[in-house]
Amino acid sequence: MNEVVVIEKLNHFFGEGELKKQTLFEINLTLFAGEVVIMKGPSGSGKTTLLTLIGALRSAQDGSLKVIQQELVKAKNSQLVAIRRNIGYIFQSHNLLESLTARQNVQMSVELHTNISSREARERSDVMLNSVGLGERINYYPRQLSGGQKQRVAIARALVSHPKLVLADEPTASLDSKSGRSIVELMQRLAHEQKCTILLVTHDNRILDISERTIEMEDGHLSECALV
Amino acid sequence: MKIPLAWLQLTKEKSRLLIALAGITFADILMFIQLGFRDALFDSAVVPHKGLNGDIFLMSPKTNSIIAPVGFARRRLYEVLGIAGVQKVQPLYINFAPWRDPVKRGTRNIMIIGINPEQQILAFSGVDENRSALKQENTVLFDELSRAEFGPVASQFKAGKKVFSEVSGHQVKVGGLFKLGASFGADGNIIASDLTIMKIFPRLNPSLIDIGVIKLEPGTDVEPVIRAIREKLNLGDVKILTREEFIDFEVNYWKSSTAIGFIFTLGTAMGFIVGIVIVYQILYTDIANHLPEYATLKAMGYTNLYLLSIVFQQAILLAFLGYIPGLAITLFLYSNTAAATALPIMMTTERAITVLALTIVMCSVSGSIAANRLRSADPADIF
Repeated sequence: MNEVVVIEKLNHFFGEGELKKQTLFEINLTLFAGEVVIMKGPSGSGKTTLLTLIGALRSAQDGSLKVIQQELVKAKNSQLVAIRRNIGYIFQSHNLLESLTARQNVQMSVELHTNISSREARERSDVMLNSVGLGERINYYPRQLSGGQKQRVAIARALVSHPKLVLADEPTASLDSKSGRSIVELMQRLAHEQKCTILLVTHDNRILDISERTIEMEDGHLSECALV
Repeated sequence: MKIPLAWLQLTKEKSRLLIALAGITFADILMFIQLGFRDALFDSAVVPHKGLNGDIFLMSPKTNSIIAPVGFARRRLYEVLGIAGVQKVQPLYINFAPWRDPVKRGTRNIMIIGINPEQQILAFSGVDENRSALKQENTVLFDELSRAEFGPVASQFKAGKKVFSEVSGHQVKVGGLFKLGASFGADGNIIASDLTIMKIFPRLNPSLIDIGVIKLEPGTDVEPVIRAIREKLNLGDVKILTREEFIDFEVNYWKSSTAIGFIFTLGTAMGFIVGIVIVYQILYTDIANHLPEYATLKAMGYTNLYLLSIVFQQAILLAFLGYIPGLAITLFLYSNTAAATALPIMMTTERAITVLALTIVMCSVSGSIAANRLRSADPADIF
């Protein structure tokens, strides 16, 4: 099995000098291709910090953090930007661009990869929106869509470029249990089809059963949970 | 084609876009009007100069502007006659005096240009045709482009009526019309013979003239003649100017010695700054409203440069979209202003390009200030 994320002895600090505070302690974690992993833990435990480090949204400081064979500790900003293009990110709120239609939102992700013609980009976006069940609404603007539908567009946007890794930060937090459930199942199905790895941060107990592996963060320490 | 994000973000909120465009249009009109007035002032100030049929000009060193001339000895002008290359010399008198509206009877100061009616010295349309009328005593030519406050002289004259008026209390007859136009210095103009001038102003010293107009033989080089005149009139009581220097001297007076040039330049700067503030406000709000969206784009792998280019594209789009109605409204205002003020105010290609360039600079400056806000679009801080 090939590894998508390899973390060894990762430490992270916030602040400077006297106010310097360690938030992550000696994190070790390996994520394999095609895995769906849930990370749970109370708020403030450092889940989102770890997620943003893996997502190359924050500079890693100490230890080793390899994402898709790229070392991110002390990486240059341009390297961080480059690695982000291979990661799909799904946020707590959908964060769609309000002035773009569903298809255009998805297309923004395709256009990051420059060797694709605009016709192909449109077609891929349409296919992706069809597979998240929004084929009828490709020309709708975000404000014309429900919360669950918006989150589906966000998933389409994250997965349209076939990333090796998808990071999801509480994707069901703003949804009711029924649509939350279907969102997670959708992610699981697509990940399976595309053979991509999903790291899902949540403290929504209703969806814990979708993963084969759960890890728990507490006060900056990461531990593996027993199989459910 | 990629998704034109700058355009889509800008046009999503129509009402805000319209307000932005109205602001830029307003700033552009302000700049156009100020620059237009400034140039019209300079142009109008030298219309009399440009109509003088001469190559070299003499005036008193105490004269700052044609509208406030100080006299100098007439014989100095005639001394020039002996110099090789000089074809003829012509004295010019300039005075201001109250002109009586022949209908409403009110008075208002008018510029009186005194010439020798035998000489072809003024090139304004209508002067040569009517010059012979000036040979009659107490007859004047009236500038039909004078401001309306001087009375319906032109219309009455054209209707075939005999028009009489008073200049400085002295009765004169209008013997013809010509076209010069009002300037900031003079609201209206009349032309009189030198003899009539002496009648109107009996206390005027006849041996003093205001401007000496020197005409050279065709094909004569100006420079050597100027040098010869300088040598001959070396007492320092006359200033000797080429045609170009004569015009520049007047423009320079209005530019530097009066507040007017400064005021209009300041007005232009005000328009520019108003524009910067408005565009900044619009772009800043736009960035602030879309901050999570921009942070998302960064998280997806879009570079800072891409986001900067979005802001600048918006700035340039605003510049062009605001400029077009600004130019259109200005053209309308110019024609109305020209009609209302008798000033030579009109659009020039140069000014149209200047204001377009100022608009683009204005929007880019605003864009670069507003772009600072992009720095807070850090995906790690927002989520």
